[in-house]
Amino acid sequence: MSLLVDVISWACILSGSFFAVVGGIGIVRLPDFYTRLHGGGITDTMGAGLILLGLMFQAGLTLVTVKLVMIFLFLFATSPTSCHALANSAWAHAHEPLSPRWRNGD
Amino acid sequence: MRTNRCPQDGETAIDSLVELATQWIDISLLALLAGTAVTVVRMRSLWAAVMLTGIYSFLGASWMLILDAPDVAFTEAAVGAGIATVLMLSTLALTGTTMKEREKSPLLPLSVVVLTGAALVYGTADMPQFGDPAAPVHQHLMPEFMNDTVPSIHDADSNHSVANHHGMMAEVADSNHHDTKSGVGIENVVTAILASYRGYDTLGETVVILTAGVGVMLMLRGNQCVKNHVPERTADSTFTSDPLPPMRQRAILRVVSKLVIPYILLFGLYVQFHGDYGPGGGFQAGVIFASAFILYGLVFGLRSARTVTPPQLIEILIALGVLIFAGTGVTAMLLGGNFLDYSVLGHHLWSGFLPHGQHLGVLLVELGVGITVAAVMITIFFTFSGRERVK
Repeated sequence: MSLLVDVISWACILSGSFFAVVGGIGIVRLPDFYTRLHGGGITDTMGAGLILLGLMFQAGLTLVTVKLVMIFLFLFATSPTSCHALANSAWAHAHEPLSPRWRNGD
Repeated sequence: MRTNRCPQDGETAIDSLVELATQWIDISLLALLAGTAVTVVRMRSLWAAVMLTGIYSFLGASWMLILDAPDVAFTEAAVGAGIATVLMLSTLALTGTTMKEREKSPLLPLSVVVLTGAALVYGTADMPQFGDPAAPVHQHLMPEFMNDTVPSIHDADSNHSVANHHGMMAEVADSNHHDTKSGVGIENVVTAILASYRGYDTLGETVVILTAGVGVMLMLRGNQCVKNHVPERTADSTFTSDPLPPMRQRAILRVVSKLVIPYILLFGLYVQFHGDYGPGGGFQAGVIFASAFILYGLVFGLRSARTVTPPQLIEILIALGVLIFAGTGVTAMLLGGNFLDYSVLGHHLWSGFLPHGQHLGVLLVELGVGITVAAVMITIFFTFSGRERVK
């Protein structure tokens, strides 16, 4: 049983780390601001969420898990908001997306 | 745990692997710190430089956490990455965002910096090795502090007196024998040292923060009266007279801020009053508390924030915090103890309900610190963002 929990928890932590790394690569490699934001979003949601889930499995039914759930809820509310704020502010300052489909003037 | 331990017989391959991984985390964090510092210096866009200083603070906080100093990491994350970034951004809104080309040759500042850095590096050569148990800091006062503050390693001998080398807090144990535990009896050693053994230093730090707040108010407000402080710009009707107008269109930001602000305040209170048992205390709690109001000001406009926290009230709170701190010390003197010797406190009044002795003293002192820090942070933010842009 404890082996099963360990396996699930490590699977969550490792895939969370994978998404965090992918998000980091995305921030560096993607072509323009809005697509890079997607990389940051992946790190915030999938990366942090899965790592927190894995840590919850490690902690079991303790106070630590309650705290982790709180951190998860906090991130769940704040990281999409910060992504939104960034994108909105870039849009408001007339930062042109790369793809012509979304450009204002053309 | 990060301790320099000797290799033992039971050390397995996994242990050495963990050791290696820890070393690599240390090295990469320090490399990132150095890299961020160099990038900040080379950055021409000041917005980006400010954001990078925030990243630098977070890296610093992570590094302090690795060094087992969660209280300091907490402060660094809240002050350095949180409030300082907001303050610098509101300064940039006043001054402009690009660096001016300098005319003078950078040789003199560069040589000053290089010389200072070389002197500091030379100074570290005399320092004991990291984690060395024979280092003076672990030999002289720390054993007594640990002995008195941590109940688990405290031995039954409650008669030995604690006197720090300044002679500030003499004879704690002597006047302390009616406490349940001898010494301070606060679980968090950092809080105990900060608020009790080093009460003078912490009072000084709180006064420094008070002075900073007063200085910012004196310099930036000038001769203006507080009430006429918000400049009127009625000519342009779309631009309200609020220097930081509320974000009317940003429904998501408004809703999420409303959702989050109560929990930030609650967390601030938790950090304030749980500082005796875990990482936290007045400084961190004050900053977290202030950040809730600053977030409110950023999203709902400076005018609403001023309505919630009137500057007159905040100014009173700035002084009140220091008054609580120093007043606790004076009360201890009136009750027959030394200045800031809390062990005489609270045995007369409501002794059934309230904690007494050192516990009550630390609680009051931390409350004073928290009030002053929060009020000063809010004041600095209001004063910075309440000004018009320099033409």
